[in-house]
Amino acid sequence: MDFSIASILTLDGVTNGAIYALLALATVLVFAVTRVIFIPQGEFVAYGALTLALLQLGQLPGTVWLLLALALLAALLDAVAGLKRGLGAGAVGRAAVKALVFPLVVVGFAVWAAPRQLPLVVQSLLTLVIVTPLGPLVYRIAYEKLADATVLVLLIVSVGTHFALTGLGLVFFGAEGFRNPSFWDARFSAGPLTLSGQTLIIFLVSIALIVALYLFFERTLRGKALRATAVNRLGARLMGISTSGAGKLSFALAAFIGALSGLLIGPTTTMFYDSGFLIGLKGFVAAIFGALASYPAAALGAVFVGLIESFGSFWASAFKEVIVFTLIIPVLLWRSFQHGHHDDEE
Amino acid sequence: MKAFLKPLVAAVAFAAAASAQADITIGISLPLTGPASGLGIPMGNYIKLWPTSIAGQPLKVTVLDDATDPTKGVTNAKKFVTEDKVDIIMGSAATPVAIAMAETAAESGTPQFMFSPAVLPAGKDHWAFRLPQGNAVMAHAMIEHMKKQGVKTVGFLGYTDAYGESWLNDFKAQSQLLGGPQIVATERFARSDTSVTGQALKLVAANPDAMLIVASGSGAAMPEKGVVERGYKGKIYQTHAAATRDLMRIGGKDVEGTFVVSGPAVIPEQLPSEHPSKALATDFVAKYEKVYGAGNRNQFAAHAYDTIVVLEKVVPVALQKGKPGTKEFRAALRDAMETMGRTVVSHGVLNYTKDNHWGFTTETGVILKVVNGDWKVE
Repeated sequence: MDFSIASILTLDGVTNGAIYALLALATVLVFAVTRVIFIPQGEFVAYGALTLALLQLGQLPGTVWLLLALALLAALLDAVAGLKRGLGAGAVGRAAVKALVFPLVVVGFAVWAAPRQLPLVVQSLLTLVIVTPLGPLVYRIAYEKLADATVLVLLIVSVGTHFALTGLGLVFFGAEGFRNPSFWDARFSAGPLTLSGQTLIIFLVSIALIVALYLFFERTLRGKALRATAVNRLGARLMGISTSGAGKLSFALAAFIGALSGLLIGPTTTMFYDSGFLIGLKGFVAAIFGALASYPAAALGAVFVGLIESFGSFWASAFKEVIVFTLIIPVLLWRSFQHGHHDDEE
Repeated sequence: MKAFLKPLVAAVAFAAAASAQADITIGISLPLTGPASGLGIPMGNYIKLWPTSIAGQPLKVTVLDDATDPTKGVTNAKKFVTEDKVDIIMGSAATPVAIAMAETAAESGTPQFMFSPAVLPAGKDHWAFRLPQGNAVMAHAMIEHMKKQGVKTVGFLGYTDAYGESWLNDFKAQSQLLGGPQIVATERFARSDTSVTGQALKLVAANPDAMLIVASGSGAAMPEKGVVERGYKGKIYQTHAAATRDLMRIGGKDVEGTFVVSGPAVIPEQLPSEHPSKALATDFVAKYEKVYGAGNRNQFAAHAYDTIVVLEKVVPVALQKGKPGTKEFRAALRDAMETMGRTVVSHGVLNYTKDNHWGFTTETGVILKVVNGDWKVE
């Protein structure tokens, strides 16, 4: 191991760490607002990367139909709930139409755009628009009714959702992997390091997103509402904040971050329908560093996980995964010693 | 009373007629869904093209999905044995599933045609025969090619799973036997890894003459790109699990010049005319692509083709010893497999013996080179 090898490994680790950081932030956000340990976070990474891959091939990705089906199901659930509450048929109908307009426009545009081989940037934006609404829809269908259940129940629902989404991924994208074209093919050399354009994009987008999230939480009313919900659900509700709306917003952000990570990582590796799970899980390990509560600690944890992974694969490639996931044990020990007996907040 | 008797008599008569016909019953468990569905689906496709009878006996084929799940594979095998009373169990195409099914096949005394190169503990493969090539014969072809190319040292980058491990062991053993190259660096990765930078750095630092990458399907391109990105200029070899067009689809320019070992069934056009499998491989490709479209040939579908070639040889022999559906027939089938001798199939030449249930002789491995995004036989 000399300096050049160490610097290459560090660059590789920080690049992967940047992706894990985004996912860790999403995991922390979802947990803080809804108390859901969001295992399917990684699925959105795979959906993002593979939806773009199919658009590149000029095919219509199955995620479009998933969006349509989930939107219809959610509208139906809303309509039934509305009628039960005694709302008029007109009001229920108007709400359903309002909920369905956006997904229908997206589906229509995707059907029109898929065979047309539009530029990569347009296809990437389309991918984000297809995958992001899946987040709130998943929340509406799988979690909303159980919003007050225990963390354990929500975790079990997450496991089920994860399997459902992975299975659907296999149906949509097939068993074989895809590698997306690079957004920027440039290469920069600095001593032993070669920095690819894609790596730069990963750094820039990750930093931009973290800054944007910071501004969102500090400066906007909706962001503050999310934070309030995270601090105290009941209190937030008494102040007139819709906790269900907060849940949907946090899931939308999680799906957006997932899809974006998928777009970023797609050109650097081969993505399979089930690749997202392990990537998401590493984001989760990073989130544990922040005790599922602190954003900066989670982001630092993510970079640390990326570095450990990179150096681990150099020294003992057969045990790389073991090393990364074993990390969680000392962190959990340290956390539990620090806080003593865990008070029951449920 | 009469109205009740009539259908009963008819049913009994029908049952008697059915048993007199003596169908050869085959139960097949394939991964039609799950991670190994890329293997199971083409095999299922070819099984749909199977003949309806062999040696004058009607074939009764049941295909069940095992979802690449060993538990489901065992359930399927038990159902075949207890409910369908099959003469032959086939499958699975996924190694862990095939291994799990072997127990049931052996307990019930039913021959099992494995569609994967599954390694069983010594003495446990009495009833099991593999249709795909084992890694040892493929490593043999690869080492012979490496020797011709003057390769003395090899860096190994393989899956952390049973496939990678088995290649490492078989390659080492064969290389020692043939006086082939030495493995100077061994690194592992998993299909789900997003980068192999660490492994590639270490391998490139060892500077071997050739790099052996052990991965499957579309997972094979990422490690190769990783090694090339770190500036490796030597020869790169891939195994027969990577001999699909996914390698070029994902790898693009970076995989130009890669050597891939493969069974002969997928490139009949380029085989020399003296190659034993030329005729059968041509026949297989013609039959498969007539139904499923040109260019869709697949090495796993060819194993399903070879299955029929083998059955046509062993069923007539076994029929002399017993009727289908009996214990004697099943035992005779098993014995006939061991004594069938040299049998040319689309993937090479099979020759099972009492101690060798792997079958393939060293005539099976063909080295392909990626030239302009297509295969070229070396």
